[in-house]
Amino acid sequence: MSSTKKNTLNPTKWVHLHADYLFNYTISRINNHDLAKDLVQDTFFAGLKAKENFKGLASERTWLISILKRKIIDHYRKINSVKGKAEVKMNFYSDGEREGEWIEERVPNSWGNEAEKIIENEELGNALDKCIDNLPEKYALVFKMKTMQHFETEEICKELEITASNLWVIIHRARTQLRKCMEDNWFKN
Amino acid sequence: MKLTCDEATTICDKTQYGEATLWEKIKLNFHLVLCKNCRLYSKQNKLITKCINGHEHNINEACNCLNEKEKHEIEKELETHS
Repeated sequence: MSSTKKNTLNPTKWVHLHADYLFNYTISRINNHDLAKDLVQDTFFAGLKAKENFKGLASERTWLISILKRKIIDHYRKINSVKGKAEVKMNFYSDGEREGEWIEERVPNSWGNEAEKIIENEELGNALDKCIDNLPEKYALVFKMKTMQHFETEEICKELEITASNLWVIIHRARTQLRKCMEDNWFKN
Repeated sequence: MKLTCDEATTICDKTQYGEATLWEKIKLNFHLVLCKNCRLYSKQNKLITKCINGHEHNINEACNCLNEKEKHEIEKELETHS
C-alpha cells in the first residue's frame, strides 16, 4: 500500500465513470428524473470549477458525492423558501381561542364502509399518486423520502439539515393535505 | 395530558412510522376517546399508509437511470465549460 499515491481527477471520464452512481444516489432521495439529472450535471460543473481544491485524499467519486450532497441540501433550501402559490392549506386554527382545533371545512368526513375493501384497487393507488404530486415540492420531497424510500428520520434530518420537529411538522402537513385530497377526489359520495 | 387536535394528529402521523413515544401514544389514545374528528383522521391515515405500501407507484416504475442521450448531453455541456 503506497500512502504517497494521491487520487487524481479526470473530468473527461466523469460522466462515463460516475454519472450512473451519482444519479442513483440522487433519484433514491429526490424521486424526480429531470431534477436528479440537473443536480448531477450541476455537481459535475461545480466539480470542474473547484477542481483546484481537490487534495487527492478522497477518491474522485467520494469527492463528487460530497459536492452532490451539498447540491441536494441547497435545492431543498431553495424550495423550502418558496412561499405562496403551492402552500398547503391550513387544517387547524393557528391562533385565537380555537388554536389547534380543526377548521370546520377541513374536518374529516366519513369515507364510507367500503373504503377498507378497495385498498387494493389500482385506481385508488393512482389517485393517491396524483395527490402526492399535488403536494408542494418541499413537503413532497420529505414525505417521499420518509414514506416511500423508507429513510430513517435521523438520516433525512442530516441530509437536509433540518430538525426532527421540522420533519414531523412537514410530514403532518403532507398527510393532512393528502387526506383532504383523497376525500375530495376519491371518497366524495 | 390534554392535546389539541393539531398535536394529536401529529402524533398520529408519527405512529404511522412507529416513531411515537409511549407517553405520546397514551396522550393520543386519551384524545381519541374524546374526539370524533381525530378518530376519523386516525382511521383514514392508516388507510393511506396501507394504500401507499400496497401500491406500485408510477414514479418507481420508470427506469431509474440516465439514458445515453442524457449522458451525452451532460458530456457536451461539460466540454463547453472546461
